[in-house]
Amino acid sequence: MTNVGISSLVGYIPKLRLLRKSVTEANAWLAPNLLGKGKGTKSISNWDEDSVTMSVEAARRLLGPEDDRSYVDNLFLASTTMPFADRLNSGIVRAALTLEESTQCTDISSTLKCGTTALINAISSVQSGKSNYSLVLASDKRKSRVASAQELDFGDASTAISVSNKDIIAKVLATASISVDFVDHFRGPNEEFDYNWEERWIRDEGYLKIIPKLINNLLEENKINPSEISKFILPCVFPRVPQTISKICGIDPENVVDNMALNIGDTGSSHPLLMLTHVLENSNPNEKILVCSFGGGGDAILLETTNLIKKFKNEESISTMLDNGIEETNYMKYLTFNDLVKWEKGMRGEIDRKTALTTLYRHNDAIIGLVGGKCSKTGTIQFPASRISVSPNSPDIDTQEPYKLAEKKANILSWSADYLSFSINPPNYYGIVSFEEGGRIMMDFTDVGEGEIESGKDVKMVFRIKAIDEARGFTRYFWKAVPI
Amino acid sequence: MASGIKDKVAILGMGCSKFGERWDTSPDDLMVEAYIEALDDAGIEPNQLDAAWFSHHIDDIGAGKGGTPMSVALRLPNISVTRVENYCASGSEAFRGAVYAVAAGAADIAIALGMEKLKDTGYGGLPATNYGTFGPQIGPSGSAPGNFAQLASAYRAKHGVSAEDMKRAIAHVSVKSHANGAKNPKAHLQKEVTEEQVMNAPMIAEPLGLFDCCGVSDGAAAAIVTTPEIAKSLGKENLISVKALQLSVSNGLESHHNTWDGSYFHTVRIAAKKAYAEAGITKPREEVSMMEVHDCFSVTELVTMEDLFISEEGQAVKDVMDGFYDADGQVPCQIDGGLKCFGHPIGASGLRMLYEMYLQLQGRADKRQLDNPTIGLTHNLGGQPANNVCSVAIIGSL
Repeated sequence: MTNVGISSLVGYIPKLRLLRKSVTEANAWLAPNLLGKGKGTKSISNWDEDSVTMSVEAARRLLGPEDDRSYVDNLFLASTTMPFADRLNSGIVRAALTLEESTQCTDISSTLKCGTTALINAISSVQSGKSNYSLVLASDKRKSRVASAQELDFGDASTAISVSNKDIIAKVLATASISVDFVDHFRGPNEEFDYNWEERWIRDEGYLKIIPKLINNLLEENKINPSEISKFILPCVFPRVPQTISKICGIDPENVVDNMALNIGDTGSSHPLLMLTHVLENSNPNEKILVCSFGGGGDAILLETTNLIKKFKNEESISTMLDNGIEETNYMKYLTFNDLVKWEKGMRGEIDRKTALTTLYRHNDAIIGLVGGKCSKTGTIQFPASRISVSPNSPDIDTQEPYKLAEKKANILSWSADYLSFSINPPNYYGIVSFEEGGRIMMDFTDVGEGEIESGKDVKMVFRIKAIDEARGFTRYFWKAVPI
Repeated sequence: MASGIKDKVAILGMGCSKFGERWDTSPDDLMVEAYIEALDDAGIEPNQLDAAWFSHHIDDIGAGKGGTPMSVALRLPNISVTRVENYCASGSEAFRGAVYAVAAGAADIAIALGMEKLKDTGYGGLPATNYGTFGPQIGPSGSAPGNFAQLASAYRAKHGVSAEDMKRAIAHVSVKSHANGAKNPKAHLQKEVTEEQVMNAPMIAEPLGLFDCCGVSDGAAAAIVTTPEIAKSLGKENLISVKALQLSVSNGLESHHNTWDGSYFHTVRIAAKKAYAEAGITKPREEVSMMEVHDCFSVTELVTMEDLFISEEGQAVKDVMDGFYDADGQVPCQIDGGLKCFGHPIGASGLRMLYEMYLQLQGRADKRQLDNPTIGLTHNLGGQPANNVCSVAIIGSL
């Protein structure tokens, strides 16, 4: 049987880390019981990020800057916080990544284990021979009520994994799933927040019974001795539960992988895969790694690292991202970013953001894919493409070929920090960005730190929320520039 | 080569409403105010008008679309009324239409009237609007100051000007306009300010503070034009004629092609060159007596001094600080207070600029009157530095 496994994986953790103490102290009058949870930080995304944009960011890190991404056969997007209930969210990701239209795209949702479920689907796809390269993306940005335990637990992040039949760094030994209608929490349609049942019940009847059953099934069926497992991954917000499970299953509790809770929190469907990324970035060959997830039952994936793991290195590792977080102590900023307070947006915020879907489709490559045009006669690059070239001395007609700009080097020509126009994160930074090889765009900047912006400074492109049409529930996406 | 417009059309009369926060005045009333003054100044009756051009930019908070608002407000005798809209250069566009109609012989007497009612927006500044269905999906949801402020960053990078020197130079631009505006009873803002006040004002869009931004005003202005021959036959003397009327419009080069460096107005340079050629001006720094330029923001005025070839490239900061454009300078600029203090009711602004030049050329500018000006230039810009419409008009004694 052909080896199938993970050929690469990478995480994306937004830079901001909300200091939990800033939350618990602000809410102490209301929820003194949570003061004990006011330790460490959690990752928070910018206001213009969601599970789709974070997935795109992780995928870009995985796929690299090359134009040719035609080798991606299918894409599985996992999230419990898809921005659209009925619009193919993975289809937005596909368009942003400029993958081929023939790339089969699937949204996997409705349970926190959907990240691992997506990975199992990708594994099955490659194992069946239907795909040679499957892309798995998992991402969550969960909202939580003010002064809730979830507000302190939930973090934002995404993971991208490629499953393939070649260049494998971690071979799949076995997978198992269990489906149990155990409702530890739920989120009804049109509900913003989870409804949670008693934690002790979730721990005792949920984690401690369902996960051991799942692991034992997998190990017994594949005749694996639990002592062989060198890394055990199980996201869980309850302390020491993974250790207890490991003991129940015969896995060395020392091999339980740290869940990064103190730094980034629990990032939902992405979390088991993010933990796996962290593990594989620091693994040796021939290690058996067990990844489990919990939610509506559970998933288990047993992997074994190959010799190629020695060469595996991400440009920005999970460790680096954990170390480089920027502490945010402004709890109100977090609440505002996530629309958790009714704040005065001013009349400028009232502008109608209705998106003409015909226009969006007509210019889909430009808007979602940041694809411009390159004149086949003069080589002039421009954005957006047009029938008549912008070249001042050669306005050629119908000579433009699609030209991808998202991964190209660019710098700032002009900019301003605008305190007048509506912004969820003022000031509103925007300006003209020039691409080194040609083409320029007047665009928004994002993730701008104090004093980080100046003419001539290099920028990178990121796919972000452009605007949210609250009246119609539509999220408008485009690309923005981040100073680097 | 076209023969050009020089001296083919004369201004018969002009009018301009008081600009400002005209809370008690409707769009119709503003039009009437400018119209009556222009009609009186021209000394004609409404039924002598053959055609009208109406400039109005933001119709949804103003008078509405089309030519009917002007025709109804002024009870015009069922003549043609063409509504024009070309961003903030709309007023100049209306003037161009009326002048060309007279020059073509299609009308003996034509009127151009511009009006904007901005103070029904509900907040300060220009109303936030969408611009088509594609633009808002990619362009920043910014503001006019944010767009024009970018000139400063690019200009500084190109000419090696420090942030502080730039801030002080643009502050001087505003201080000068406030000093001029203080002498103009029709101006929106009539108070002098100091450089320190300007520099310490709240930030609007870096590096533009509150005093670097023009007044957002209600107002209307009008011009009645005819041929010099008809003007004379109506008993007019000391005629002021149109010397040049040029309009240059961006074609995407600035916003889409990497040759533009962001520090200047590509269109202004083109329109200015053509206007000087049309008017027969070869040394603008010496020949232009005075200017009204589109100082929507102080930095716009600063870079425009170079684009109009009055200051040499890279020398605008020095000229501004030397007082070259002050009321007592060599080429006074914004002698009526400019957009900065007279105000900027968009559709009216191009005509308001001409109104001041017209008064100055006729020696009727009261406390603001300059010594024997002969050539007045107006520069009216719409859009934003990377994508705009630029009008340069020159008028002078016939």
